[in-house]
Amino acid sequence: MNDAPAIDLEALAREAGLPRLLADLDESLVGLVPVKTRIREIAALLVVDRARRTLGLTSAPPSLHMCFTGNPGTGKTTVALRMAEILNRLGYCRKGHLVAVTRDDLVGQFIGHTAPKTKEVLKRAMGGVLFIDEAYYLYRPENERDYGMEAIEILLQVMENQRDDLVVILAGYKERMDTFFRANPGLSSRIAHHIDFPDYSSDELLRIAELMLSGLQYRLSPAAREALVEYIDLRRRQPHFANARSIRNALDRARLRQANRLFAAGGAATQESLMTLESQDLRASRVFAQAGDAP
Amino acid sequence: MRITQGAFSFLPDLTDAQIRAQVEYCLGKGWAVSVEYTDDPHPRNTYWEMYGNPMFDLKDAAGVMAEINACRKTFAGHYVKVNAFDSTHGWESLRLSFIVNRPKVEPGFELRREEGAGRQQRYTTRSYATAKPEGERYA
Amino acid sequence: MPQDLAERYRAGVMKYAQMGYWQPDYQPKDTDVLALFRITPQEGVDPEEAAAAVAGESSTATWTVVWTDRLTACDMYRAKAYRVDPVPGSPGQYFAYIAYDLDLFEPGSISNLTASIIGNVFGFKPLKALRLEDMRLPVAYVKTFQGPATGIVVERERLDKFGRPLLGATVKPKLGLSGKSYGRVVYEALKGGLDFTKDDENINSQPFMHWRDRFLYCMEAVNRAQAATGEVKGTYLNVTAATMEDMYERAELAKELGSVVVMIDLVIGYTAIQSMAKWARRNDMILHLHRAGHSTYTRQKSHGVSFRVISKWMRLAGVDHIHAGTIVGKLEGDPNSVQGFYDILREPNNPQNLQRGVFFDQPWGGLRGVLPVASGGIHAGQMHQLLTYLGDDVVLQFGGGTIGHPMGIQAGATANRVALEAMVLARNEGRDIWNEGPAILANAAKTCAPLKAALDTWGEVTFDYASTDTLDYVPTATPA
Repeated sequence: MNDAPAIDLEALAREAGLPRLLADLDESLVGLVPVKTRIREIAALLVVDRARRTLGLTSAPPSLHMCFTGNPGTGKTTVALRMAEILNRLGYCRKGHLVAVTRDDLVGQFIGHTAPKTKEVLKRAMGGVLFIDEAYYLYRPENERDYGMEAIEILLQVMENQRDDLVVILAGYKERMDTFFRANPGLSSRIAHHIDFPDYSSDELLRIAELMLSGLQYRLSPAAREALVEYIDLRRRQPHFANARSIRNALDRARLRQANRLFAAGGAATQESLMTLESQDLRASRVFAQAGDAP
Repeated sequence: MRITQGAFSFLPDLTDAQIRAQVEYCLGKGWAVSVEYTDDPHPRNTYWEMYGNPMFDLKDAAGVMAEINACRKTFAGHYVKVNAFDSTHGWESLRLSFIVNRPKVEPGFELRREEGAGRQQRYTTRSYATAKPEGERYA
Repeated sequence: MPQDLAERYRAGVMKYAQMGYWQPDYQPKDTDVLALFRITPQEGVDPEEAAAAVAGESSTATWTVVWTDRLTACDMYRAKAYRVDPVPGSPGQYFAYIAYDLDLFEPGSISNLTASIIGNVFGFKPLKALRLEDMRLPVAYVKTFQGPATGIVVERERLDKFGRPLLGATVKPKLGLSGKSYGRVVYEALKGGLDFTKDDENINSQPFMHWRDRFLYCMEAVNRAQAATGEVKGTYLNVTAATMEDMYERAELAKELGSVVVMIDLVIGYTAIQSMAKWARRNDMILHLHRAGHSTYTRQKSHGVSFRVISKWMRLAGVDHIHAGTIVGKLEGDPNSVQGFYDILREPNNPQNLQRGVFFDQPWGGLRGVLPVASGGIHAGQMHQLLTYLGDDVVLQFGGGTIGHPMGIQAGATANRVALEAMVLARNEGRDIWNEGPAILANAAKTCAPLKAALDTWGEVTFDYASTDTLDYVPTATPA
């Protein structure tokens, strides 16, 4: 039995730099626990698949097309970028680049326009990952002359026949994606991995905010931090909340107010004052006013 | 005869893997790769037909290989070549060009002479294939 | 430079440095022509005074003070030696930097430029030896020259040859072949796979073969080879002759016969070269220059003109090809220096590169590139070295290596072409051709008997002698 060929899975993962990539994913992305779990599972599957191939066990090339569902700002594009890198390291994606597109990049305006457009995008994405955001807009059953179906058909062909060349990730809201798949079973059956991105908790959003700020060399005063906690609670109950994206926008506006405040105050600015966001920089937001108006 | 235009015509016909490696080299340099075909291989026929526009911004040879194969399938009896264009200032022209498909039989060229004054001659090179109209050559 | 003018212009002899030709504080202008000389002063002459003398003798000075200076803006016309450094490792020698105002020169004239810079000064007694190492030609001056008639890119477009060095061969023996025999060599070499054949520098119009005969037979060969291969072919028809009228007559016949290229020798002189460059531009012709005679002044380190300067002058003058060294062949050529020449000829602009002997930043202002030619004692077995050192934009000329092939001239040409294509293919595939080169050639020879024979015949031949024109540079030096 000892002579039987064996493969050290851990070594295989290490050679591909997988542990470092996954650790990096853990550290740099706040929350998203179920997503990270799914990525680990997929990575394990691919390592095992490689081991099986090395030992000559039958192993059809794994289908790697994926669907990322979740609300806006939940990290789908960011994770897609990391996924491309992981696939590249494990040898399932030659170049590891990400081409992110929407319907407008694929579908044309008149007859004969769509196929070249879609093919052009596919050629650019070859060797990497094609990320189609809000993929369901490709399908517009209400307009029978819509060219989206043509794009879907070309896409399907490549997804089936050129698995080695291209990984497709479809992304969008969960419910709409489900409807889209029900209407396009051919597409649905070619998606191997569905990953759902949950909304961030308030604590996670606060940590995301602090991470973003430290990346920009800003920080919150203790009072500003309290204001941000309140802001997050208020904002997420209001319409058009987009998770991390809403937080980024809020911080951008707070930086604007800070700059105005420092400029209006005149005099010398210290490194300390230039780096610090104060409570009023956040509390001037409409979000607080609208909450005050609420019954 | 064997027409020896292009960078690799003196080598055995390139395999798909060899073509792919050359395309990868070109893409790595940031050159736009394109596919052209003709049934008039006169040495001064500069403008072969374009099989689509040059492909800009590609990262991987797979897309180019698909175009090459589609062109070879559609124009099996034609000459097909792969070009790589470099738009860098001061060059702005092709950097590499090589044939990836040729007709089974290549009749070559006739050298016509017209005797002139003294011992001078006027030379004309004519492709035997162009005796037939476009599209019916190398059938 | 405060000076008592009465003192300065008193009749008599005074030191050049005192006359204002040594100005260590001078900041060269962007529009100045800069020259770097290697000077070897006579015993007892101090280097600054020697540098000032060179500046003086190559601009306004004469051996004595002349009052007529005062009828001119003489401060401007005076060349200024502004820096003198000892040459590392060469006691008694100095690098002298001299700046010349742009108004000292006639626009677009190499003859005028050289009459100033190397006119009288090289015979000047207080110097044991003098060498012009490099020049910086300001872009304003560069723009007054036509530059290469065709240039590398357009030449490739006309020939429809991309992605590999071009191949050529000089017809051998140099002397004695009749026109008919000569054309035979051209036909065989071109049909076998070369892009060009070439007249040698001293093939003009001698008793054994008059020029018209050569042109007629050569063009028969070129046209036959084109029809046989489907490729554009050329033969450098040497139009070098006693007078401009003769050269124009020969060039016109070459054009009438449909040649894509004509050739001249460096010995015809700068004015004739510029005339032929203009003719070539007007007539859609590639202009090949053989650097016949250059070694009389380029080879020795202490005296003469460096070939990197000749390269710059010839790019301005407007030739399309110039022989610039092989590194691995039979003729003089230190690898770093030769790569420096190639950079000067080919690149859109040259940043200072002391390792390659390029002392100044040289802008080329959109002037086209000159295609260097590597010729002399090279063979197919060195293909990996040639490609690594010289790159794609070069004509590799295998004269003996083609015509001396044991299976015949066509086989010799084929061996070279196969070796070249196999090496380019391998390099593009990312292989380490420097180390794997011999294996790549051996593998290509499996399907090519002529290459096998070439490798068996010349595989081991090398010309391993020390260069006389090596570089003396200090990597930390930063000339202005």
